[in-house]
Amino acid sequence: MPRALIKLPSTAKRGEIIEIKTLISHEMETGFRHSSTGAPIARDIITNFVATWNGEEIFSARLFPAIAANPFITFHTIATESGTIEFRWTGDNGYSASEQVKITVE
Amino acid sequence: MGATGRGRRPRRTHRVASRRDLLALLPAAAVGGLLPSLMVRPARATPAALKAAIAEVIGDAQLNVGRVKLEIPPLVENGNTVACAVKVESPMSATDYVKAIHVFNEKNPQPNVVSAKLGARAGRAAIATRIRLTDTQTVTAIAEMSDGSFWSHSVDVVITLGACLEDPL
Repeated sequence: MPRALIKLPSTAKRGEIIEIKTLISHEMETGFRHSSTGAPIARDIITNFVATWNGEEIFSARLFPAIAANPFITFHTIATESGTIEFRWTGDNGYSASEQVKITVE
Repeated sequence: MGATGRGRRPRRTHRVASRRDLLALLPAAAVGGLLPSLMVRPARATPAALKAAIAEVIGDAQLNVGRVKLEIPPLVENGNTVACAVKVESPMSATDYVKAIHVFNEKNPQPNVVSAKLGARAGRAAIATRIRLTDTQTVTAIAEMSDGSFWSHSVDVVITLGACLEDPL
C-alpha cells in the first residue's frame, strides 16, 4: 500500500481559499535509465492525479517522467461545503491509489 | 613554403573587408545586433521538441510573456529534486480564470514536465511540485486563460549534478 501524505486545514470558513499539499511515495521510474547490465528499465510513473470535493473535480494534473520521485503537488481551492476530499493517483502498470480527507466548512 | 607559392598568387575573387570597413560597421552592430538580442531574450531559439510540445498546447495562439511567475532556484545542486512553483496573476472569477498551467523544459529526454487543470473553483492560480532536470537549461511555465490567451515565463536554471541518467539524451 503506497503511503500518501495530505496536508490541509481540518476546518475552514465558507469561501476561504485553502492550500492543499499532497505527497505520495512512488519511484517515478523514468524509463530512460539502464540497469547495471545495460538493459533499459521500463517506465513506471504516476501519470494522472485528480482531486475531487464531494465528487466534484477541483484539480487534476498530468504527470510526466520529469516529476521527481515521490510526487509532491500543491494546489488551492475554495472551501464550499463540509465533506470529503478524495485524491486519486493513477499510473503505469495499472497503478491506482487513493486517499480521503474530511473537512468541516463553517 | 615560398617555393610552392611562387608564381601562383591566389586569385582574389572578392574584396576582403579591411579593418577600417569592419570598424565602420561597429555602431550599426551595436544598435542592430547587440541591443535587440538583450531585449528580446525570451524569443531565442529553443529545441524542436520543446517547440512541438508547446505548439501542441497553444495551437495557433500567440504566446505572451508575463502574468506568470515561475519560481525555481537559479542554481541547483541536485537535479533529481528541484522545487518548482508557478503563480499566475488572475482574478479567478467565474468569467476570468486560469484554465491550465503547463511546465516545459528544454533538455530533459521529454519536453513535458506537468500539465495541471484548474478552474475558477481553485480561487488562486498557484501550484507547486518537485521536478527533475537533467542539465543546465531553461524551464518554461505557460498559463492558459479562460479567454484563450496564453502567458509564459522562462527561467534559466544551472544544474551542477543532473538527474541520474546514464544516457544524457
